Amino acid sequence: MRYGYYPGCSLHSTAREYDASLRAVCRRLDIELAEITGWVCCGSSATHAASKHLGVALPLHNLAEAERQGLGEVLVPCAACYSRFKLAWHEVERQPALRGEVEAILEHQFREEIGIVHPLEVLDSSSVRRQLASLGEGNLSGLKVVCYYGCLLSRPPKVTRFDSGEYPQSMDRMLGLLGASVLDWGYRTDCCGASFSLTRTDIVRRLSHDILEGAREVGADAIVVACPLCHLNLDARQRDIEKEYGVRYNLPIYYFTQLLGYAIGVPSQDLMLERHFVDPRGLLEKVGPLWSPSVR
Amino acid sequence: MSWQISSTSVSQFADQLAEASGVDINVCYQCKKCASGCPIAYAVDYTPVQLLHAARLGLKDLVLSSKAIWLCLACETCVARCPQEVDIVKVMDALRAMALQAGVKPQVPEVASFYRASLRNIRVFGRMYELGLIGQLKLATRELDKDVRLGLEMFKKRKLKMLPDFASLGKASGIFSRARKLERR
Ligand code: SF4
Ligand code: SF4
Repeated sequence: MRYGYYPGCSLHSTAREYDASLRAVCRRLDIELAEITGWVCCGSSATHAASKHLGVALPLHNLAEAERQGLGEVLVPCAACYSRFKLAWHEVERQPALRGEVEAILEHQFREEIGIVHPLEVLDSSSVRRQLASLGEGNLSGLKVVCYYGCLLSRPPKVTRFDSGEYPQSMDRMLGLLGASVLDWGYRTDCCGASFSLTRTDIVRRLSHDILEGAREVGADAIVVACPLCHLNLDARQRDIEKEYGVRYNLPIYYFTQLLGYAIGVPSQDLMLERHFVDPRGLLEKVGPLWSPSVR
Repeated sequence: MSWQISSTSVSQFADQLAEASGVDINVCYQCKKCASGCPIAYAVDYTPVQLLHAARLGLKDLVLSSKAIWLCLACETCVARCPQEVDIVKVMDALRAMALQAGVKPQVPEVASFYRASLRNIRVFGRMYELGLIGQLKLATRELDKDVRLGLEMFKKRKLKMLPDFASLGKASGIFSRARKLERR
């Protein structure tokens, strides 16, 4: 299997551990990722608020590059980018006039629809599930986690068509297969306040506090995420949240690719667990020793 | 029997909004499902359902000078749940643009500055350069001491890059200028 790969800005900076662990997991599963050369920022929340054309053209520039480079389906690990890509394609698909304008802006005519997929969708296929089971079945036993999908993977359901809008389960399934006890909880698709990470941090702290509290209420030892913005708010801001609310969570926040990698024997250097604010290594060591680079 | 809303019963403002956003807010039947799931309902002056109601009444000034249009997180919860498929996120986008065009001062200025700084960042570098963005934002909002400790720790953990990613330098500027030219027409 081969995908065009769009890491997006976060995976090149704050979320390098998501990038590295995803690449390592894919290598182990014989999934080839070909990074799109010349990719640009998807525009985030800023552009669609400023200009309709720009908000659509920036994500589609990357699909145009993928098409020019003959890459086929594009894998987008950041939930926010994934949503921008899907929304942009949805817009031009329904509005031929807009499509023409955007193609003129991009100086590219799309020959066909280019698939946009999130790693959770790729890794939840039956063939990959079989691979995962043979490489790491049961290796996460002893780990009690909740899966947090956040807003933008599943919404709006008509556009992203991801799993289920209100009750997605692909991540739960995957980690369950590897032996983790995946607990049910009410916050799987709630919002962490991502777009205000740099501005209204009071709102981010409040929304993220509710999520951390929800995880603790059901007795989770950790939260597993699939988005770099969710990770930043729950991990890097956790100490500030604890201070503001006078509580102690000390809840490790894992990218699902880190746990997957851990279970199927990806070397620990590719998991980059030391980059987290709440140290996630102790909890994993209780489950079993981290794989050293020499073990493969 | 079929009902028709007469042109005198809907506001001109709702029409302008439909033109700008492509969304017809007149189909909203005020069930409040959008407001009940909205994560920032606690922090806004008007919940989405109230904002739509005001827009239909033609209360343009109230709507454009609301905090709500700047505090919307674009989390899409309301869009996913609305039984009438009102795309509130698109409405919010259009309202912010209308407010800026009409010269209404953004009621949550730091959010407006963030949008502006992000845009400039992408136009110049093609990719987000967080450190540059944070710097610009600090200058614009004059909140120089905000998040300094967190920023330093992120820097230590190499979560923030010292230099921008130059691989796509200038790649977005052509897209920006062609989009702008088209929208000016
Ligand atoms: S959910 Fe839709 S129909 Fe109901 S009040 Fe909100 S916008 Fe109107
Ligand atoms: S998209 Fe905006 S208005 Fe809708 S629920 Fe989210 S924050 Fe509220």
